[in-house]
Amino acid sequence: MPDKRITIRATRYDPDKDQAPRLQSYDIPFYDESMVVLDALNYIKSNLDGSLSYRWSCRMGICGSCGMMVNGTPKLTCNAFLRDYWPRSITVQPLNNFPVIRDLVIDIEDFMHKLKSVKPWIIRKQEIPLGAGEHYQTNEMIDDFRQFSECINCMLCYAACPVYGLNNEFLGPAATALARRYNLDSRDQGLKERQPIVGDAEGIWECSFVGECSVVCPKGVDPAKAIQQTKLDTTMRFVLPYGNRD
Amino acid sequence: MVSKVYPMRSHTVSAEGGAAAVMRPEDSYQTHAFDTIKGSDYLADQDVVEAFVREAPVEIVQMEHWGCPWSRDPDGKISVRPFGGMTTWRTVFAADKSGFHMLHTVFQTSLKYPQITRHDEAFVTKLLVEDSRCLGVVALDIRTGRFDAITAKSVILATGGLGRLYAFTTNGNICTGDGMALAYRAGAGLRDMEMVQFHPTGLPFTGILITEAVRGEGGYLLNNEGERFLKRYVPNKMELGPRDIISRAMTTEFEEGRGFEGPHGKYMHLDVRHLGEKVIDRKLPFMRELGRDYLGIDIVTDPIPVRPVQHYMMGGVDADISGATEIAGLYAAGECANVGLNGGNRLGSNSLAECLVFGAAAGRAAAEHAAAARPATANPVDAMLWDEARRVEGQYLEKKGGQERIGAIREEMQRDMDAGAGVFRTKEGLEKLVEQLGGLRERFERIKIEDTSRTFNTEIVAALELDFMLEVAQAVVVSALAREESRGAHARRDFPERDDTKYLKHTVAYRREGLRPQLEYRDVTITNFQPQARTY
Repeated sequence: MPDKRITIRATRYDPDKDQAPRLQSYDIPFYDESMVVLDALNYIKSNLDGSLSYRWSCRMGICGSCGMMVNGTPKLTCNAFLRDYWPRSITVQPLNNFPVIRDLVIDIEDFMHKLKSVKPWIIRKQEIPLGAGEHYQTNEMIDDFRQFSECINCMLCYAACPVYGLNNEFLGPAATALARRYNLDSRDQGLKERQPIVGDAEGIWECSFVGECSVVCPKGVDPAKAIQQTKLDTTMRFVLPYGNRD
Repeated sequence: MVSKVYPMRSHTVSAEGGAAAVMRPEDSYQTHAFDTIKGSDYLADQDVVEAFVREAPVEIVQMEHWGCPWSRDPDGKISVRPFGGMTTWRTVFAADKSGFHMLHTVFQTSLKYPQITRHDEAFVTKLLVEDSRCLGVVALDIRTGRFDAITAKSVILATGGLGRLYAFTTNGNICTGDGMALAYRAGAGLRDMEMVQFHPTGLPFTGILITEAVRGEGGYLLNNEGERFLKRYVPNKMELGPRDIISRAMTTEFEEGRGFEGPHGKYMHLDVRHLGEKVIDRKLPFMRELGRDYLGIDIVTDPIPVRPVQHYMMGGVDADISGATEIAGLYAAGECANVGLNGGNRLGSNSLAECLVFGAAAGRAAAEHAAAARPATANPVDAMLWDEARRVEGQYLEKKGGQERIGAIREEMQRDMDAGAGVFRTKEGLEKLVEQLGGLRERFERIKIEDTSRTFNTEIVAALELDFMLEVAQAVVVSALAREESRGAHARRDFPERDDTKYLKHTVAYRREGLRPQLEYRDVTITNFQPQARTY
């Protein structure tokens, strides 16, 4: 193969030294058609500049670590192929809407708190003992919440969300989808406990239904749907008589 | 809970096929135990296996109560699927994202407990050990660059595998054998480190795992003649043979010219086209997604290119049935541990079950130990923290004048390990590898650190990981060199037979400063299953 090359421009920012983020350009060999943006970053770190910082692990689209802005779009860099950009250059930046810790590394503590706030665990009035075996549940019952259970917490949806960009009090797509995941689980009885969080003014009601979250989700989760369903649910609970609210 | 990554990034997330447990009346503990022991090539401790098979179903139900979306049968009960080396259907699964769902279930459930304090993105550099008693850990807070002593009456290592010793691996970037190296340096033994599992079906170039469940659900492995070649190797099991034997069969076929040739080396076809779209979408949706996203193929209409790939470490920190190591207060569970369950070859889906069963056992034992132990005193801990912080800062952060790139040393180690400690081994290859690792260790002393920042310095983390990997690699290779037989995943071309007279024993490696590890041998515990020839 001829010596194909590609230019990667990556955000550099070290809070100890830099006033503001800047872009640094690296010219690297594009030596294999299977290369992804993450491979390019790894090439840079191994061969050109050991100080470039970013997160990654599984490189198979399931650990959720390597989300970055790739030419302005939130992407898992392990699944963004160089061949789809070449011969153009590729600009890699930290995910939008998050504080930047360093280079391409964002601060996700806000999400970690939001995740916990929606009580993402099975809530039951009474636990059944282990000896009683599993709960009755069919694949069709799982289908009710399946897509919402496939969230990998990669933060692409938050990076795409214009509302979160303006108001980071907004609960946001992934956390709402995960609340929905448990609310729709036939084993769960925690809807009422989660309602004050998702039904709060900063919960679902902030969403202006742009739907970008669902577009960028690499796992086919539809957080916009979760938010709209929750809006409907919350409204119905409000208008229905008490006896029908469980 | 101290983790070098946010907990939901841990590599369990990539496990696909499922977790083995006796769930059906037609199955029995006896059969699961026998399958596991035969699969281990009789190097498993049989008392440990027998306890494991009894606990596994309980833990599967526990996971269900915590919300794991296990796939179901039409009657609403937890479903099972066939898996390699298992004589009956006993692999519980959540489609083909079993590890992902288990990890997120456990992590999300853990958020319920305010008594759990997490240290996310903290890298443990050293165990605090005094008088053979573990007092906690020293951790580098990656975000701030600060060193902390995190004291504890009990410490459980659950750090996973060491796949990154190899170039071609299914393992994520974080699988660098940290827990094994930490325990080894603290004086604990590493058991059966020669036993490295190569999974038959990884995608060329990336090493992405294609689950054994593909074969469990009926997929075929085909050579370049379109032949289900496993009939010559495991005629009674075919695609459901154990991983060690299938990986060797594929390697042999490649050597004899019956592999496909591709830009990333030889490969076989894994063919699920006859299963149909409906089964694939219900049982193997992630495989279809991986094919589409990473290869640009649709597995409904195209065969999947696969070849053997480093996948799992049977060896690990020498621990007893409750995870206790030789160091008081130090426990290990999961892939980083060797409790004697997997012996020479782990059966697919026993590792997720192992995590559940031995994670719980280690937790209980650690809690009991902590309840009785006296707390660590501040004095030795403070001194140890200071020493360790000085060591790491002096060795890396303030290092001047080094010339060797971390990436270059790491990649060379990975290539050398692929070549010398892969599916087949020889004395010459392993001896050469010992020399190569020695040379790489010398070069490591002269590494260049370009990143001087204290904030999220991933170059320091990479250096610490490489240091650990070079440490455990030596234990792998020296253990492999000394086992002059072929058993389980350890296949010596120069000693092709199993030798029960000499080697029905565990290897335990101990670290010696500046020297090759010292190897000791310990008898395998046999209860009900006398070693037999292992044919399938």
